[in-house]
Amino acid sequence: MNLDAKIPSGPLEEKWSKHKGDIKLVNPTNKRKHTVLVVGTGLAGASAAASLAELGYKVQVFCIQDSPRRAHSIAAQGGINAAKNYPNDGDSVYRLFYDTVKGGDFRSREANVYRLAQMSPNIIDQCVAQGVPFAREYSGELANRSFGGTQVSRTFYARGQTGQQLLLGAYQALMRQVDAGKVQVFDRREMLDLVLVDGKARGIICRNLTTGAIERYAGDSVLLATGGYGRVFFLSTNAFNSNATAIWRAHKKGAAFANPCFTQIHPTCIPVSGDHQSKLTLMSESLRNDGRVWVPKDPVDRKKDPSTIPDDKRDYFLERKYPSFGNLVPRDVASRNAKEACDKGLGVGASGLAVYLDFKDAITRDGHKVISDKYGNLFDMYEKITDESPWKVPMRIFPAVHYTMGGLWVDYNLMSNIPGLHVLGEANFSDHGANRLGASALMQGLCDGYFVIPYTLGHYIASTTLSKVDTQHPAFAEAEAGVRASIDRLVATGKKGQKTALEIYRELGHVMWEHVGMARNEKGLKSAVDMIRKLREEFKENLRIPADTDGINKNLEVAGRVEDFLQLGELMAKDALIREESCGGHFREEYQTPEGEALRNDDKFCHVAAWEWKGENQEEVRHVEPLAFENIHLAQRSYK
Amino acid sequence: MMTLNLEIWRQKNSQDSGRFATYQLSGITPDMSFLEMLDLLNEQLIKKGEAPVEFDSDCREGICGSCGLVINGQAHGKEMATTTCELYMRHFQDGDTIVIEPWRAKAFPVLRDLCVDRTAFDRIIAAGGYTSAKSGPHPDGNAILISKPVADSAMESATCIGCGACVAACPNASASLFTAAKISQLAVLPQGQVERGRRVFRMVRQMDAEGFGNCTNIGECRAACPKEISIDNIATMKREYAAALLRGDES
Ligand SMILES: Cc1cc2nc3c(=O)[nH]c(=O)nc-3n(C[C@H](O)[C@H](O)[C@H](O)COP(=O)(O)OP(=O)(O)OC[C@H]3O[C@@H](n4cnc5c(N)ncnc54)[C@H](O)[C@@H]3O)c2cc1C
Ligand code: FES
Repeated sequence: MNLDAKIPSGPLEEKWSKHKGDIKLVNPTNKRKHTVLVVGTGLAGASAAASLAELGYKVQVFCIQDSPRRAHSIAAQGGINAAKNYPNDGDSVYRLFYDTVKGGDFRSREANVYRLAQMSPNIIDQCVAQGVPFAREYSGELANRSFGGTQVSRTFYARGQTGQQLLLGAYQALMRQVDAGKVQVFDRREMLDLVLVDGKARGIICRNLTTGAIERYAGDSVLLATGGYGRVFFLSTNAFNSNATAIWRAHKKGAAFANPCFTQIHPTCIPVSGDHQSKLTLMSESLRNDGRVWVPKDPVDRKKDPSTIPDDKRDYFLERKYPSFGNLVPRDVASRNAKEACDKGLGVGASGLAVYLDFKDAITRDGHKVISDKYGNLFDMYEKITDESPWKVPMRIFPAVHYTMGGLWVDYNLMSNIPGLHVLGEANFSDHGANRLGASALMQGLCDGYFVIPYTLGHYIASTTLSKVDTQHPAFAEAEAGVRASIDRLVATGKKGQKTALEIYRELGHVMWEHVGMARNEKGLKSAVDMIRKLREEFKENLRIPADTDGINKNLEVAGRVEDFLQLGELMAKDALIREESCGGHFREEYQTPEGEALRNDDKFCHVAAWEWKGENQEEVRHVEPLAFENIHLAQRSYK
Repeated sequence: MMTLNLEIWRQKNSQDSGRFATYQLSGITPDMSFLEMLDLLNEQLIKKGEAPVEFDSDCREGICGSCGLVINGQAHGKEMATTTCELYMRHFQDGDTIVIEPWRAKAFPVLRDLCVDRTAFDRIIAAGGYTSAKSGPHPDGNAILISKPVADSAMESATCIGCGACVAACPNASASLFTAAKISQLAVLPQGQVERGRRVFRMVRQMDAEGFGNCTNIGECRAACPKEISIDNIATMKREYAAALLRGDES
């Protein structure tokens, strides 16, 4: 397998501009002749589709929801990073680059991360021009706040709804192109296979989720911007329909899957309340700017009213252990420490699986109005779910699955190892290494879509001979037949079995959380592989789903996604098993420092693991892309 | 644990005329969300070999605008500032009867059960709900200062989630609150000035073309809006329209 990252030569600072100078262009009249299929309308997909249409390409976009505006990006709360250095607090492109590489525990590509940091200021300018109502100071200037893993304030935000505002900006740009006749939107569609012709990505097969029809779409390149696969854990902060199906089916067609085990567990989520629960709700990381994390020092205080516990009986464990970053340590560190406190029996709430996030001091210091302006909607959301007001009692929070750093392998041009298959946003593996810093996913999604793909897609089209292909090509018939057969199989078992797709999905999630979650070890990972295989058997024989295939049937959709998660989950466990080190969000209990921090093994694992599909019931093959650190010295991460 | 009587609208597709079906559901706990309660019902229906009740949802935390049910005659139920997915069963009592219907409006045809087609909203945005800023270099974000009150007011309007509750609640099935929120957001921001008149003309025309009714200042939209979008936006839209006419802006 060819894993050439195609990193341009030359000094880090000049790589992207040099590359832009070297790559081929498509002239404006020719762009019209090329169709690009964009799957996904989150920040990455919507920004890419709008930008490509503006350039003149014919674009077709696809999403599961009934409108492109509802993609999961809409739920992002806290903010978006950019190295603007407006607060004059020492930020720079280099510092954002450095923080991201370090935050990712040295498992990302320097060149990609540097480009991301370089483009970050343009993203803010772009969004401002679109009318995104970012928070402002009284001076009229853009406001900033801090996020974890950094010592500067570089996060731009729109209250607690940053993702919503950025996505609406991109969606509106997309709809402008719809009006101009350059983009066609296919909502309520689910991509179920990738079509290859002469080894190149030339089309997709979708199910029309309203009518059940199986549809074919052909183009000159396919862009997957289908988001992350955190829902493999069933309970996560991701939207209910977030899934891995598009990337997993592309993987089965030959696209390498990189670092599948790199999962981010977010420290501040509302704890699980019962078996009925269908998703978890995040409380934005921005809350750690003003909220203080603590547990009682003495287990007997666990069930006491927190307001009666005096300060000297509280352990503000993050402030104590990490004095220079305090409550703003990176997510993996904060999550592991919360788990540790609960493992020691100090967890609060009914289940004992929660720690406090307390705003009392901030409210006393800044007053109700200031705190309400910053976090009002998050406080409301918390109260709606838990029936408790953070104005009166500290929030109770616990870590939950939030983001997946792994994804389809891409080169510097965001192209997978399948020519013509580009992967953007959370769906690719590229920029965050083993742990993503807060407010950097929005930055990456928009950077990929607004500023990278418009160049690199042109290069692909200009430098490739693309034969004329339409949906009558036999490759489409073959892919369609495969999709039909797999749906028929599901429906046939689904009439006889006993367990619903949601029941099996929950069981898978439980296995993943227990054994492939926050702390992993060899024994647990091996047992996870066995358990997942058993669940897969059960799914094949004992699934029950509604049989209707010619209309809306959301349980059939879920079943297809669960089928893919049942394979991906196993690959995640295997990837975690083979990576005998701890790095970022991947914490192997066998590999830790005496203080309990992640212990990397750079001699053996300073690389990207990229997995190759070999067929049903065959072992996948692990390939390696070595990572070279030429600008940042490989060091043990420290946030003390 | 509660037991509830559910009267749910069932409709096979947009051609079907539809009817209510009654279900009794037990095992409901107060900390279940309304949608999780429906999940529970569906699990039972599937096991019995019956068709589950189809409804839209995604984020399940009140931001994507996918969910939307008329609950006991009120869009998103009777709690203020709450989407259906944020509604918890603690607001209901054991033995209650709950009537659950889809959004009802000519411009939102029912696709199945509780799922409706809201693409009319997308077409209203396509008609003008944007600034025509291309992807590429733009002036520095701080080059144009925007006072905090203006930014805050734009944000107030921009928080609309496009769920359609305003249409469902309005006796005229008007989409004015939705349309006006976008028009107001862009009308107060400096970035929105250039296309101000054209935008309001085109969006209003599209709104009418989609078959939404007229606004007669009843105010049900604001009461049902989970994001509490102010009705002042509608006044702004009307003012913007009149001003654009007076200026003789190009439509
Ligand atoms: C609650 C929450 C809060 C967050 N807050 C922040 C934050 O403050 N800052 C930050 O930087 N990041 C944040 N993140 C992370 C960030 O929101 C996501 O990583 C990012 O939005 C992903 O964008 P995307 O464009 O890659 O994909 P998504 O927004 O997930 O979009 C995926 C798209 O693909 C479509 N799709 C998927 N599969 C298929 C298929 N098979 N066929 C057709 N279409 C398909 C979907 O319909 C959707 O349109 C947050 C995440 C969560 C869960
Ligand atoms: S499901 Fe997203 S708003 Fe209710």
